[in-house]
Amino acid sequence: MAEQKQIFGTYLFGAEAAQKGYALNNMCFTFNDKANRDAFLADPEGYCRKYGLNEEQIKAVLAKDVIGLLKAGGNIYYLAKLTGIYGLNMQDIGAIQTGMTVDQFKAKLVAAGK
Amino acid sequence: MARIIGSMSASHVPAVGNAIARGLQEDPYWKPFFDGFTPAQKWLAEVKPDVAVVFSNDHGLNFFLDKMPIFAIGAAPSYPSADEGWGIPVNDPWPGIPPLSWHIANHVVEEEFDPVICQQMLIDHAVCLPMACFFEDCGRNKGYRPVKIVPVGINTVQFPMPSLKRCFEFGRAIGRAIESYPEDLKVVLIGTGGLSHQLEGERAGHLNKKFDTYCMDCIAGDPSPLLGLSNVDLVEQAGTAGLEFMNWMTMRGALLGEVREVTRTYHIPISNTAAAVQVLEQLPRLAAAAE
Repeated sequence: MAEQKQIFGTYLFGAEAAQKGYALNNMCFTFNDKANRDAFLADPEGYCRKYGLNEEQIKAVLAKDVIGLLKAGGNIYYLAKLTGIYGLNMQDIGAIQTGMTVDQFKAKLVAAGK
Repeated sequence: MARIIGSMSASHVPAVGNAIARGLQEDPYWKPFFDGFTPAQKWLAEVKPDVAVVFSNDHGLNFFLDKMPIFAIGAAPSYPSADEGWGIPVNDPWPGIPPLSWHIANHVVEEEFDPVICQQMLIDHAVCLPMACFFEDCGRNKGYRPVKIVPVGINTVQFPMPSLKRCFEFGRAIGRAIESYPEDLKVVLIGTGGLSHQLEGERAGHLNKKFDTYCMDCIAGDPSPLLGLSNVDLVEQAGTAGLEFMNWMTMRGALLGEVREVTRTYHIPISNTAAAVQVLEQLPRLAAAAE
């Protein structure tokens, strides 16, 4: 099975996360619509509750805790719509998850191309 | 009969849409990426395809996790895009060619593949941005629509996913379908996504130039060494979003004949991604050899 091999710092999105994160990802899916993004920003916690997120998920959403969101079953393609609302790009998210500064994270990317 | 003239593959990164919207094609960060499309555009001007069959993965615009097809074939008269959550300008629709879509669907099901057939389909950045780069002069010629499209969706988002071998064989069936279509059409294949990148987890920022180069060598030459690779092996080498290489493998499968590499560029980083462009020309074949 796909989940058997462990790769450091890597969350494979399969049966377990797909079920656990369904409400969270479903909420993120609504963010394709600007009216929903605005409604979220007006009341983040209320919006989370409306979509049935559990306490672990709500806590991670409000804290912008990307690793916490992954552990709560979030899929990155959906989470990107949430972090986009907060104005965070992929380097910002990369820095948050790896404990680097954004400049350090960018430098790491550039170094990989050398 | 329809003829496959070659393939074009390119990474798809949402930030590219933002760069196009802001007119950053000449910006020092973006120029090496956008310039990689110039040889492909020159090749396109010579070969003038009528249709593009586009292999990509949806990112939560058309499909949600409530229903996630392993393979999907668009059969719509037109493919609109929409806001994916970032509020940047939405691309104009691309025209479809339903008779070819249905021909492909009929053919691949006869070959025992079972795709979902979509008479309505939204296309996201995975289709729109490579199309903009190849056909709309990297967004400078917005709205130019010289080809009709058949989008083919592959689930690279949620396990279980098809193996690279399965993708390649699905591509083979699509190639045979296209080449049995009675109308004289020139068809170009487009595979989008990849190459190595990983957006999530403590391993975010993982890139693998050596592996990507190997993959591009296999695409240009003999793809068979990649057929034994599991999806988890692919993640280990190319990162979680490196799974999008499945789109490239499906595309490569549809090239049934000998190929010649026209151009290749590879640039790290665009956003968090190893961004690649590769064009292969399929050499003309005798009809008998297509059997």
